[in-house]
Amino acid sequence: MSKVLVVTSGKGGVGKTTTTAALGAALAQRGDKVVVVDFDVGLRNLDLVMGAERRVVFDLINVVQGVAKLPQALIKDKRLENLWLLPASQTRDKDALTEEGVGKVIADLRDRFDWVICDSPAGIERGASMAMRFADEAVIVTNPEVSSVRDSDRIIGMLDSKTVRAEKGERVEKHILITRYDPSRAARGEMLTIEDILEILATPLLGIIPESQDVLRASNVGTPVTLSNADGAPARAYIDAARRLCGETVAMQVPTERKGFMDRLLRRRAA
Amino acid sequence: MEAAAKVQRQMVRLRGRSYVAFVFVPTVPILDWLQEIDATIARSPGFFAGRPVVIDLSSVDLSQSGIGHLLSSLQDRNIRVLGIEGVEEGRLTPSMPPLLSGGRSCVVEPSAPKKAEKAETKPTSLLLDHPVRSGQTVIFPEGDVTILGSVGSGAEIVAGGSIHVYGALRGRAMAGVNGHTSARIYCQKIEAELLAIDGFYQTADDIDAALRGKPAQAWLQGNTMRITALN
Repeated sequence: MSKVLVVTSGKGGVGKTTTTAALGAALAQRGDKVVVVDFDVGLRNLDLVMGAERRVVFDLINVVQGVAKLPQALIKDKRLENLWLLPASQTRDKDALTEEGVGKVIADLRDRFDWVICDSPAGIERGASMAMRFADEAVIVTNPEVSSVRDSDRIIGMLDSKTVRAEKGERVEKHILITRYDPSRAARGEMLTIEDILEILATPLLGIIPESQDVLRASNVGTPVTLSNADGAPARAYIDAARRLCGETVAMQVPTERKGFMDRLLRRRAA
Repeated sequence: MEAAAKVQRQMVRLRGRSYVAFVFVPTVPILDWLQEIDATIARSPGFFAGRPVVIDLSSVDLSQSGIGHLLSSLQDRNIRVLGIEGVEEGRLTPSMPPLLSGGRSCVVEPSAPKKAEKAETKPTSLLLDHPVRSGQTVIFPEGDVTILGSVGSGAEIVAGGSIHVYGALRGRAMAGVNGHTSARIYCQKIEAELLAIDGFYQTADDIDAALRGKPAQAWLQGNTMRITALN
């Protein structure tokens, strides 16, 4: 049975696109057929993070407007057999997204894939509301700071009222994913703690992604972080989160960087 | 407004009944007078809800279209006019409320029997069994609001009666908005941005820092708001 998952947050720059790519790749590695869909029309990024920017011919808007057929716009990932990308248009704006058109594209994608992962733009306007409109599940990406948490709270309210499922009286299953978490800073009181965030949002936790250089490095080379350094702390955290999305029970922990003997010896050398 | 009808046959029984109606006496300029009405509605929403209203046009000289315009202006404010007095019948069209006469003035009491009648038909409290999220507004001028869950920062609860929050109150809570001074606000964890009862308010800065995060209640003592710990 296929699932439509929206990755959203309200606030910008918290890691929605990174999360979409990482979860998409992790789910595809498990053997599921996955498509990641960029809803950030006009400011597309997912193609860069997926390393497919030079292969974009047709995009979501072309398909919504019937200019291109869905298979023409889908880009197959070069590393993973089961992973596909539906890019956004860079030259249009979010008004080009019509509810009817988006609904048709999502229904079409449901028939072809196990997971349809929608990368929402920041904000609460048309782009974000269209990305969440047809979702069955939602991953709310939150940073451990007050503004991000309040924006997430706002988005949860919208997921509970403005989605097709909510209007039918059903629920959108919601998960909190905390990104850019630094346990040592949280312990010093410089960040909100996991307990604080979950207490405010009253929503189950999907995973905790530690702050790491890996993430920036991976997006700069155009590879989902779960593929670029699968042993790194953020990759392991995303893989655990993907397993939880599939219904597995995985103990919640904050993965830390594995340090070898030589690393520890040479740690003092400044970068 | 007394209406008595003769009982002619046993088949059709007509009963007389009297109601207390609000009588509006519009004055010129009408626009200023309408602004006055708006101010009253803003102060206490629901003030005219369900109350019969009669307009007395004896102190103004309005044409037929003028009367029509006045009626539609009132309708825009959700005030439904039951009848008109103080004008000759020729100026009214058949679609307008009927001409009334023989009204007697009386003291308008806060209608106690009416309230009891209301309680039977309409619930006077609202129960929400989920958190109120940032950006959401709950407005319930008819009575109390109870929330099983937290009220997020940037959320807003407006109640005619008291507000009960079984969770953290981080947003705004406005109780007793219809002039109900005995309304109170209760919460399990006070982190509110703003608390108000019958228009008297305090912002987060005014709330005693020692109370933050604790169970608390707010109530009015004369014209000052008091916030104290519960238990």
